[in-house]
Amino acid sequence: MAALRKLFPFIFPYRAAALIALALLLTQTFTDLAIPRLIQRIVDEGIRQNNLAVVLETAALMLGATALSTIFALGNNRSSVLVGEGMARDLRDALFVKTQAFAYGDLDTFTTGNLLVRLASDTTAVQRVFQISLRIGTRAPLMMLGSLALMFMTSRELSLTLLPLLIVTSAVIVFFSARMEPLFWSVQLKLDRLNTVLQENLAGARLVKAFVRDAHESRRFAAANADYTQRNVEVMQFLSMLPPVLTLFVNIGMVVVVYFGGLRGITGELTVGQIMAFYNYLLNTLNPLILTGLLANTWANGIASARRINEVLDHIPEVQDRPGAGDLPEPVRGRVTFSSVAFRYRSADADVDEQDVLSDISLDVVPGQTLAILGATGAGKTSLINLIPRFYDVTAGSVSVDGVDVRDVRQAALVAHVALVPQEAILFTGTVRDNIRFARPMASDAEVEAAARAAQAHDFILGLPAGYDTSVAERGVNLSGGQKQRIAIARAFLADPAILILDDSTSAVDVETEGRIQAALRERRVGRTTLIVAQRISSALSADQIVVLDRGRLAAQGSHADLLERSPIYQEIYESQLGAGVREVLDAEDGGRS
Amino acid sequence: MTAARARAPRPNIGPAPAQPGKFENAGDPNRALRRLLPYLRPYALILVVVLVLVLITTGLGLFGPYLLGRAIDVDIASADAAGLLRTALQMLGVYVGYNILQAISSWVMARISQRALRDLRQDLFAHLQALSIGFFDAQPAGELMSRLTNDIDAINQAVSQNVIALVASVLTMVGILVTMFVLDPWLALATVLVVPIMFWFADFVARYTRRGFRVLQKELGGLNAVMEETLSGQKVVKAFQRSDAAISEFRAHNQTVYNAAVSANTYALMLMPLTNVLGNFFVIVLASLGGWLALQDLVTVGLIATFIAYGQAFIQPLRQLATLYNSIQAALAGAERVFEIIDTAPETPDPADAAPLGAVRGHVEFQDVSFGYHADRPVLAHMTLEAQPGQVVALVGPTGAGKTTVINLLTRFYEIQGGRILLDGRDLREIRKADLRRHLGIVLQDTFMFADTVLENIRYGRLEATDAEVMRAAELADADHFIHQLPHGYHTVLTERAANLSQGQRQLLAIARAILADPAILILDEATSSVDTRTEARIQRSLLRLMEGRTSFVIAHRLSTIRDADNVVVIDHGRIIEQGTHDALMAKRGFYYQLHLSQYKGLEI
Repeated sequence: MAALRKLFPFIFPYRAAALIALALLLTQTFTDLAIPRLIQRIVDEGIRQNNLAVVLETAALMLGATALSTIFALGNNRSSVLVGEGMARDLRDALFVKTQAFAYGDLDTFTTGNLLVRLASDTTAVQRVFQISLRIGTRAPLMMLGSLALMFMTSRELSLTLLPLLIVTSAVIVFFSARMEPLFWSVQLKLDRLNTVLQENLAGARLVKAFVRDAHESRRFAAANADYTQRNVEVMQFLSMLPPVLTLFVNIGMVVVVYFGGLRGITGELTVGQIMAFYNYLLNTLNPLILTGLLANTWANGIASARRINEVLDHIPEVQDRPGAGDLPEPVRGRVTFSSVAFRYRSADADVDEQDVLSDISLDVVPGQTLAILGATGAGKTSLINLIPRFYDVTAGSVSVDGVDVRDVRQAALVAHVALVPQEAILFTGTVRDNIRFARPMASDAEVEAAARAAQAHDFILGLPAGYDTSVAERGVNLSGGQKQRIAIARAFLADPAILILDDSTSAVDVETEGRIQAALRERRVGRTTLIVAQRISSALSADQIVVLDRGRLAAQGSHADLLERSPIYQEIYESQLGAGVREVLDAEDGGRS
Repeated sequence: MTAARARAPRPNIGPAPAQPGKFENAGDPNRALRRLLPYLRPYALILVVVLVLVLITTGLGLFGPYLLGRAIDVDIASADAAGLLRTALQMLGVYVGYNILQAISSWVMARISQRALRDLRQDLFAHLQALSIGFFDAQPAGELMSRLTNDIDAINQAVSQNVIALVASVLTMVGILVTMFVLDPWLALATVLVVPIMFWFADFVARYTRRGFRVLQKELGGLNAVMEETLSGQKVVKAFQRSDAAISEFRAHNQTVYNAAVSANTYALMLMPLTNVLGNFFVIVLASLGGWLALQDLVTVGLIATFIAYGQAFIQPLRQLATLYNSIQAALAGAERVFEIIDTAPETPDPADAAPLGAVRGHVEFQDVSFGYHADRPVLAHMTLEAQPGQVVALVGPTGAGKTTVINLLTRFYEIQGGRILLDGRDLREIRKADLRRHLGIVLQDTFMFADTVLENIRYGRLEATDAEVMRAAELADADHFIHQLPHGYHTVLTERAANLSQGQRQLLAIARAILADPAILILDEATSSVDTRTEARIQRSLLRLMEGRTSFVIAHRLSTIRDADNVVVIDHGRIIEQGTHDALMAKRGFYYQLHLSQYKGLEI
């Protein structure tokens, strides 16, 4: 319940419509309550008294009441829809905006599929609760109270006879409701699992086909499907018990009315009309109660979903702007300093003892320098560079830009001066031009082209069906890996930042093209600090400084010539890549000469 | 422009195929309904039993108002207290029976309806598996997910609550009508007239409702797609501070959904008050007519009371039917979208008479093969290539030259448009795709991992492998040592982003997978692009061992990888421009030579 109450602020902007809805509901209830009374009148004063005029007059009144009731109902529906859909829209909006504030670490905790379920199905569940409450949930108690009042007015003793029944019925509803919420929670979990298998099959379709795992995946899905179905069946069967139980209580009430009311009818205490009216009031009391009971599952569902929504809204991002964080002092020179930096990933799993991915890293990159970062797979290269734009925060030590600890800089301000080209070239649906311009939407076409040229992408872009205006389809399927990487690099070039970071961004590009990109990098290098994570030592050769990471520690640091002479680990890398090749080239040249 | 992303680096695929997933418009709601019904067929027998139960239940339910009438007319009128007690007890009995039977039928129906849905979901999944890669490449993931979740959920809502209600309502109405006619034909006639009016109302509203929900489901799919694309590309959105743009894009779609939802729901909700009016109007007519008839002494007061009670009992299911009809619209809108997928043409079917593939020697021939992802832009043109059994063929060339396309055709992820590909002398199209792929071991650039343990991910290569075999494969792929450093070693569960696993490490796992698969033909597409060269050197031996005796196709940019290939094939613009061993090509001093040399440009020797 508390979970839902937390979301009350979302209804606030729509309070006018909500109040109108409630007001209309009130009037509608009155008109609805009038109907049984009027039926009573028709029977007692009209038919019994052989008074046709009264019958017709009352009929007319009923007609009027009905018409009014309808207008009110239509108005109520419209208002409650506006409130409900408005709330849903706002909830989705709040959730989405929140995800935009998430840091990398948070995105690791909340997977895409997870967030999608919250954005879609959970918001719908919460919306349903509020919307139904406005339409029925409030009418029910009103009808009940109104009918109860009228019942008492008609016959005190008879009403008192029914009181125990009302109490028992309410107790049953409460009991059921309490049991329902955990049931819904577990159903959602099974649904999450089913969706995960589904999503994996969509994302990994190639893999499934390549390994001919269709049958295996089919079984996996079938298992999750059966599991979910089973849980759903259990919940539904539990829920299906409620209406018959409640209806039975209503029926018992009806029998009581017939018998005890009938007895009083015999003694003349009550008229037939009154008995019938009572009968109707009973229905009007118990039916809403039952309806509320049936709505209990909507409520349970809504509460479970509200909790999930609050989980996101209440989540504190791992990386946040500190209060008082400012901008980098202008002009930004691009000096990057690591001081005894240690880093580990925060695990979502509480009992997992994460190990340091980086330990005791200290390095200094002077403005305008190019730093190459080499190291074995998993040595921590990507983790290292992710610390500079504060995609993750250090666990110990500090990272500074121009002498300012990055934690004292606003994230937006920091990222404006740091462009990181990740390993996976990520493109968007839109034109090629849009993708490059992603870094700087206001850039001119000439600037875009210049950036593309430098990234060696201009030529192949012109070769595309519509050149720069070619649409990049979903996931960039119409471009090869190397082409995507070059567009990503062009994007970074356009950003023209003080600090440029390339994370192995040319892995899919052939060597010759890579060489040209590097040449372009060197040209534009003046005044820009460049950090390159590289696999190919050829990329590192011309760097001002090279560091080699080994299991999260700095194993070597220096220039190429330096390291070739003194560092065994560097020598090993060099030998593995170029050793034989260099000899070969020398041989070839010798062979050519002789 | 929306923010979208690749779930992992997509292999060099080439331009997107021309709309293989274009959907036909289902349009006809009854068709969707008719297609849903077969899912209930397996439970036909039980349904009959339920039907009988509902019949009895309904009969009992009809008895109630009759007893009420009797109480008023007979017992109260004749001041028969004992008779009243009898009637009351009879009513009690009837109601208890009614509710017990009601409970049983609901219980049974819950099971049946959920199972039918389970079958629908399974069918949908099975069909998805049969679809071609081209289809998946063309669909936004979020959109597909929406069909499988939101749309089936819409059907679920309708089915779970309404099947019994439907049957019960119809039976109740029929029963009441019959009883009414027996009691008094004139009043009954008045009642009958209500039915067509009610349905006219319902149909009128339903038409708008249906249209509204169709639009809503479509817009929901669109919003889902935008959300999925942005969220899975969130890191880049953040890196380039494009959150504001992403948010305004989202808000545009969000607003569209809002408009569609308000419209659809307003129409849908209109039905209740309208049927309410009708219901009350009907009672008024009954009361007035009844009153007039009573005054003429044509009917008794008790009869009127009964009729009004029956009338109200009649209106209830009628309104329920109308509401049902309405809520089914949302379900049908969902069902239409579900069937759109089921109707999409699957991958090229295997020929019925395809002879099974025996032992594969691994002789692969491309004969004059042409292909293009778009009709007017060929990627491969008249390519002829041969790999002898056990040969290592390296494919080299500039990006976009067509190397990965060669792989896509060999694996039949896409179908060739000209020429043919032979395996051991047999045209690929005559072999069952599953057979073919079972003999191919593929390591793609796309290192997709499932949300499962490291052990299971590697075991995906060969499900029957023992743990020891899995670990041995991991050792050969040089992955063993880093796996042991993971929190739970081989039992560490990998998640969607696996932040503590680098790209290179994932590739090593993918290689382990291929090693375990032990295939006749090995395909390595940039398999070590994210692996550092020292590690690569280490696994080179294993890779070479793996490639021994197996026909292998290797695509790599790192020339050290392909140095030992038996045949280096240089591809540019979809054509082979050079072929030969590394030494032979170097001696030629052609394209390959230039490519090789450029790696050492700038090197100070």
